Amino acid sequence: MPPLRAGLIWAALALAIVVPVALATTSPFIAWRPAIYTAAGFAGIAAMALLLLQPLLAAGLLPGFPARPGRKVHRWLGLVLVGLILAHVGGLFLTSAPDVIDALLFASPTPFSPWGVVAMWAIFATALLAMLRERLRLGPVFWRLGHTALALVIVVGSVVHALLVEGTMEPWSKAALCLFALLATLKAVLDLRAWVLLRRRIRPGRA
Amino acid sequence: MTPNSSSRRAILKAGLTGATFIAAAPALILPSRAQGLAPTPSMRGGSNNYMPGAPVVSRIGGGGFWMTGTVRRAGDGAPLPGVRIQIWAHTTEGREDDKHSHGATLTAADGTFRLEMPQIIPIFGQPHGHLAYEGAGFKTVFLRPLMASARDKSLSAHFVLEPA
Repeated sequence: MPPLRAGLIWAALALAIVVPVALATTSPFIAWRPAIYTAAGFAGIAAMALLLLQPLLAAGLLPGFPARPGRKVHRWLGLVLVGLILAHVGGLFLTSAPDVIDALLFASPTPFSPWGVVAMWAIFATALLAMLRERLRLGPVFWRLGHTALALVIVVGSVVHALLVEGTMEPWSKAALCLFALLATLKAVLDLRAWVLLRRRIRPGRA
Repeated sequence: MTPNSSSRRAILKAGLTGATFIAAAPALILPSRAQGLAPTPSMRGGSNNYMPGAPVVSRIGGGGFWMTGTVRRAGDGAPLPGVRIQIWAHTTEGREDDKHSHGATLTAADGTFRLEMPQIIPIFGQPHGHLAYEGAGFKTVFLRPLMASARDKSLSAHFVLEPA
């Protein structure tokens, strides 16, 4: 890839992540929030930014990170994502336990909560599958189709969750980050063509 | 005015609830209740961070924001005077679970109430307040009305209480 194009891709990516984070730090709400709640919110924002990076790394779309080294980083960032979600939900729990319990039990009055909770379980399930897949001898068909399906649940759930929340993120930069994460995920899913494995297994020799 | 007409979402929700109620009406509503005013049901999450027995105050904290509403009796819709309504929220001066964020007020002769409190700001993704009726004579009701905009300077909630 020509250096100019690589530089532009990295610059665009940095802007897509830095702008929403920077604007969130200027939110007037922060002044009236306990520190732990603010930290929980920013853990969520960081997780959202990772949802833009993860598909690009998985599909080897980032300059300097072709598929193989990209996957390695993808695996580590997956663990970071689990940590961020634990910090997000844990911080909210410390701020107002009854609201978080309502959300986890799908009994919350807030329409965005179930989307976030479903995405959270999908992230945990993905991490568990990734860690156990060799021990359980999961075949590539199960693993790749499972991971692809879970990734779609994670990104769609998180995007709807984020868009419906009225919080510290500035609405337009939040919408842009969500759109980029969705587009990156679709591009990665279409590039990686996990469903091809399925066709091969059903009709050997034809695909 | 319909209950909780303070926000568009609340109106939509009230409409949906109403539609469900009408659809289920023949089986559910007692003949004596059918012509009267139905009691307000508690809202989801309404009782979160409730602290029973908040004192009656002339104002919560420094004020600048108004919580208003009405309290009526189910059935005949008669306004209820002297009813204690407890109010709390996440504001510029404290969290929902801070004691100083809680206060109560009494309804006037016409069943209305209004209590000045600090500006409500969004918490847990929605700008909202909490109100509770708990006492002898009527069944307990917890409300959690939403603000149409986080910049609103007032919020209202309406109680129709069912005799206990």
